[in-house]
Amino acid sequence: MDLLAQYLMNGVMLGLMYALVALGFTLFFGVLNVIQFAHGDVLTAGAFAGLAGYALVVRAGVQASLPQLLTVVLAATLSMAVLGAVLGRTLVLPLKGAPALNVLLATLMGGTALRECIRLFYPGGSQPQRFPALLPSTAWALGRFTLRLDNLLMLAAGMALVLGVSLLLQRTRTGLAIRAVAQDEETARTMGIDFRRVVLFTFALGSALAAFAGVMNGLYYNEVNFGSGLLLGVIGFSAAVVGGLGSLSGAVLGGFLFAGLQTLGAVVMPFASAYKDVFAFGMVILLLAWKPTGLIGEPLGERV
Amino acid sequence: MTAARARVRSALATLVLAVPCTLLLYGFLAAESEGKVALVLAGATLAAALGWRTGLLGWAVRASGQGGLALGFALSGLALVAAFHEDPFVLLLLARALIALVACLGLHVQLADAGVPNFAGAAFFGVGGYTAAVLGKGALPHAVVLLACGALAAAVGSVLLLPLLRTRGHYAALITIAFGLLFRTFFEVNESLGGPQGLKLGGLEVLGFHFNDDRHVLGLEWSGYAFYALAALALALAALSLVRRLERSWLGLALDAVRLDETAAACFGVEVARWKIGAFTLGNALIGVAGGLSAMMVGFIAPNNFTFQESLVLVSILLLGGLGNLAGLAVATLIVVCLPEKLQPIQEYRYLLFSVLVVLVLVLRPAGLVRRTARRSFGSAAA
Repeated sequence: MDLLAQYLMNGVMLGLMYALVALGFTLFFGVLNVIQFAHGDVLTAGAFAGLAGYALVVRAGVQASLPQLLTVVLAATLSMAVLGAVLGRTLVLPLKGAPALNVLLATLMGGTALRECIRLFYPGGSQPQRFPALLPSTAWALGRFTLRLDNLLMLAAGMALVLGVSLLLQRTRTGLAIRAVAQDEETARTMGIDFRRVVLFTFALGSALAAFAGVMNGLYYNEVNFGSGLLLGVIGFSAAVVGGLGSLSGAVLGGFLFAGLQTLGAVVMPFASAYKDVFAFGMVILLLAWKPTGLIGEPLGERV
Repeated sequence: MTAARARVRSALATLVLAVPCTLLLYGFLAAESEGKVALVLAGATLAAALGWRTGLLGWAVRASGQGGLALGFALSGLALVAAFHEDPFVLLLLARALIALVACLGLHVQLADAGVPNFAGAAFFGVGGYTAAVLGKGALPHAVVLLACGALAAAVGSVLLLPLLRTRGHYAALITIAFGLLFRTFFEVNESLGGPQGLKLGGLEVLGFHFNDDRHVLGLEWSGYAFYALAALALALAALSLVRRLERSWLGLALDAVRLDETAAACFGVEVARWKIGAFTLGNALIGVAGGLSAMMVGFIAPNNFTFQESLVLVSILLLGGLGNLAGLAVATLIVVCLPEKLQPIQEYRYLLFSVLVVLVLVLRPAGLVRRTARRSFGSAAA
């Protein structure tokens, strides 16, 4: 029972991180019908930007952990919002109209460049970096299961963020513009929507979400690694695809589903928990064979 | 024009094409400092630009014909192996490039001919390698083992057929990406096949001929890698002519139809699923054979050689060369495989440079180095 609760907690945390990454993929796909595959590396870059911000405030003599935490989060999200917009401007928009594969490869390679830059130019970037524990370390023991306050806080913040994005899309004019572009670019343009601005804003928004996920990942594992974004990116992409590209709820569903599959893999096969990723990716392939456009995807139509 | 004159013209064209290419390649492979490498590269660019402007390049390619091109490729390869017969480093590099070419040809059949994405090229390469490692120890003749490598890679790939046929675009891409990651993780945690440490292999041996041994032939001392380079050359030639013939036949016509418009192809009675299955399977078989030969040559195999990164490199070669163009593919393979090795001091930065290069090519020259040529109609085919 206690062990199950522990697994559940871990699964929910992972699911939230995956969902945040998947949200970015689904947003980009919504407005431009492209996959921005540098997303995973944007996540890593966000975590490292947070670290750099932390180093700066520590040097400036700030001791309290709340301002430190705020700096880390702001440094990560704001810098990645800018970077995301720049990536969208330089890698994705110029390739509009090119074959989908070209965009996929261009952004994958852009991500590789980003990852290599972190490895080569961040001080000690080729080694795993310790991520500071900035959240209160209070924990309650419930039997053998320990409920940690920092996990709860991260969970609440992440959920609030997901909710905020959904509200932004449903209730604001900007959100309306994004949805309009996603539905029909040309009609949206004729209605006076600035297409480029909407696209770049979407890229900034999605990348900031990834940066937040990167900080969460760092706080959760107390460590960041230049290469960790690649797998997280692929998992986020899988989550978005399994949920159905372009669907917000699909992305969240897919994120938790993937985490659930990983956890299930670890629980069902305790003798071989190393195989949990094999199991999860195998299930993704099976799911797509069953539902070729994801769980909440539009049905595949043949237009002639 | 009489047949004899046509033959002379073709031979001349082949020479015009092969001699400068071989000399440039020789200079490139022999260059020891970065300055010399840059010089050779500049020379190659200049020669290509000149040949292009004057129309000499186009004439030579057209006049030498398919047979002439294959012959030129073979002769140029033989000359290079003979020239570097004692230099294991260069020979290894050459063999690696040729093996990569075979793997890329497999991807070419899948992606450029049938339009089936495969982001797990390195994984199928790995299937071939592990097959060679396991079967190579047994009593099976190694030529059969190499075939088995291809057969097993194709068989493993067939697991993906159903999901691949049901999905399109990004969804299909994800299936292969997921498979590539799954494969690598599996081999990393599975102890029975060496785990992360990998497996050791004995060298290739065909009819009692050990490829690993250095030996004395024709009054020269040959490094063992020379024989691997020759085997790779033979394999690359076979794969090239297979793919080329496939594309020029009615099979290639059907594949073109499937890639360009599935719905239209289906309306004309082309069975889309069957062609996709055929192309995906053939491609994986080629990649598997290449992987088997590579593992035997290197003598060692580990999951770390089959990362997602490696699969990406393979796909990048395809797009860099110009999707659908075999000549561009060969040139891109050479550049991508050999250039980093030649620029050792910047070894640390090679992935960074490589990724920036690919991005630049994709943004500035979306069709790749050499554009895909249109299929010539039946009327002019006789020319």
